Amino acid sequence: MSDNEQADAAPVARYGPLEAGQVIDGFRLEEHLHQGGMANLWRVTHPDHALPMIMKVPRIKGGEDPATIVGFEVEQMILPILRGAHVPLFIAKGDFTARPYIVMEHIDGPSLRPRLDHAPLPVDEVVGVGARVATALHDLHRQHLVHLDVKPSNIMFRPDGTAVMVDFGLSRHDHLPDLLDEEFTLPMGTGPYMSPEQIQFVRDEPRSDLFALGVMLYYMLTGKRPFGQPDSVRGLRERLYREPVPPRVLRPDCPPWLQEIILRCLEVDPEKRHDTAAMLAFDLTHPEQVALTARATRMQAGGRIDTFRRWFAAVGNEPKERGNASSNIAQHTIVMAAVDVAGATPGLMEALREALQRSLQNERSARLACVTVMKTKRIGLDELTDKAGESVHVKLLVQLKHWARPLVQALQLDDPARGAGVTYQVLEAPDPANAIVEFARRNAVDHIVMGARSSSAMRRFLGSVSARVVAESDCSVTVVRDMAGRGTS
Amino acid sequence: MKLALITDIHANREAFEACLDEAQRLGADRYAFLGDFVGYGADPAWVVERVRALVADGAIAVRGNHDEAVVRGVRESMNSDAQHVVEWTRGQLDDGQLDFLSRLPYAMERYNSLFVHANAYAPQAWEYVTGRSEAVHSLHATTAPYTFAGHVHEPQLYNLSGLGKIADFTPTPGIAIPVPAHRQWFVLPGSAGQPRDGNPAACWALFEPERSLLTFHRVPYDIDTAADKIFAAGLPPRLGERLKEGL
Repeated sequence: MSDNEQADAAPVARYGPLEAGQVIDGFRLEEHLHQGGMANLWRVTHPDHALPMIMKVPRIKGGEDPATIVGFEVEQMILPILRGAHVPLFIAKGDFTARPYIVMEHIDGPSLRPRLDHAPLPVDEVVGVGARVATALHDLHRQHLVHLDVKPSNIMFRPDGTAVMVDFGLSRHDHLPDLLDEEFTLPMGTGPYMSPEQIQFVRDEPRSDLFALGVMLYYMLTGKRPFGQPDSVRGLRERLYREPVPPRVLRPDCPPWLQEIILRCLEVDPEKRHDTAAMLAFDLTHPEQVALTARATRMQAGGRIDTFRRWFAAVGNEPKERGNASSNIAQHTIVMAAVDVAGATPGLMEALREALQRSLQNERSARLACVTVMKTKRIGLDELTDKAGESVHVKLLVQLKHWARPLVQALQLDDPARGAGVTYQVLEAPDPANAIVEFARRNAVDHIVMGARSSSAMRRFLGSVSARVVAESDCSVTVVRDMAGRGTS
Repeated sequence: MKLALITDIHANREAFEACLDEAQRLGADRYAFLGDFVGYGADPAWVVERVRALVADGAIAVRGNHDEAVVRGVRESMNSDAQHVVEWTRGQLDDGQLDFLSRLPYAMERYNSLFVHANAYAPQAWEYVTGRSEAVHSLHATTAPYTFAGHVHEPQLYNLSGLGKIADFTPTPGIAIPVPAHRQWFVLPGSAGQPRDGNPAACWALFEPERSLLTFHRVPYDIDTAADKIFAAGLPPRLGERLKEGL
């Protein structure tokens, strides 16, 4: 009889103390790794899983902070739908009302937290960590997630240096109900790292994570927290108007471009921070291209009058609703969206819409031509008129309009003031690449946006339509891929 | 088990067929219809017949206010458009179909869930659950962790936490949402036959109780045909036009 079976036979007491050797749902507890404020971590093994794994078990006793418990529920909800190298792989979860736990990939090694004891750290190390964490955050943001608790103890690294974000107990996913919204009356986050908008209960701003990363970089560089360690909401709100001491005051060898980046992360207004984590990562890895502003050379925090002015502006100034920036640059282009509505994955369809939105939103008078190709046989053209062919044609047209609808609405392409803002065509042709190239040529299309086949095996087998369009067309071609979850270091 | 939830079909055959096709493709093995099979659309007989066949196979169906109106006939309190639609719909249904509608229950409990057209607190009064307070009212009126309802044509998901806080959420189609049974959930799949949230695609939802997962879906359908039938039947043209806008 193996140890496994012995342990299996013993009843597991509800919420009872866990012991090495115990087996929960087939996972054998091997070693107690860590007792955190909110959870216990165990190294576990399972006969069906070769991957090194940990089990996270919440500390649920009487009188605990309900946020801890709801936070664990949030993590149980969110981790299973995250993918890619920047999160631990989800393995299993236990029923929340019976024996709650999460089993996930074990990222070996310490978190970034112990390194902070050695701050101030070398500039190169600060910049390197910043770039890797920003890259990880961008991948999470692409997956519709705002982490909202970015801090050194929630950052780990794979052996190749890839940053891995852990602990999604305070996170918010755009596509899932936010169990923390409305539930609690205090701002949620970790005091020193919380963004101004987070303090004002905004939970859907990805640039909150850039603020927290800025706090972290500041601390690593100077050994000091830019906004201290407040223990009251009033103390937290100080960051809405009190500027941090510029890092170069505390760390004279900090290059101006790094101060520029860090102070930009710490801007009160998210609009003034980097637009995306990817842009922040780009700046950190291309110092020579960082555009320097007054931030770069500032050598003192704002004086009393300045602070008073900022305080006055902050009082009662609730965060703005997030909305799309639009501009009035008039360009008269025709953009063709070649969409394989019958074959593309949902992720690729969304990526195509996003790519088109980006290219169209600044071109108020651009026209969008949505096209899909219905593949027909090379011979027997009379088939096109038969009943079956007719219904496939209608179905594709319906799907094409369905695909385009969010885009049309977001950009108001159907606004009569724009004229023929959007058109839809189902092309019937034996050769999709040729049909797309011909359509573009005939209609003086300026720019083709299309998807790539996601699987390389499919590309090899079927050939790449997009590669042929790129090669054969006269105009610009954008080939879009679904990037979510693909990120690596 | 995979339970497909389809509601407020409103005699829209094209939308109903599109929902059923997609449900089948995604492996649905049970069906629940949350009322308002008729009214507005041009195919009441076909829709009622299809629902009746699925109910004979074990599907759940509850009564909606439009179903009740058609069974009872025209009332003075209805506006003239409504009177016209009710009168016309009655004329399309045979005795067996009217009898089927007249026997539909207001609410049913099965699978640890409550199925009802409007709400749990007064199913026969047809009050709408359009916000958090009505959702709380309804969730307090049942012990079932899950309430599936129609009547409101926009998809929405409410949940009541163990701490008694209500939250609402507008779902993203195609995303599986964990809905653990230690919370109470009020689920509005949204209308299949007459969506009103600005997206004309038909609404339905798929519930997987063993996995505690709920997925809202939107499926495109041949709106032009559904609208043309409404025009051809002489029903108020606005009922066809609004399908194209999803409003």
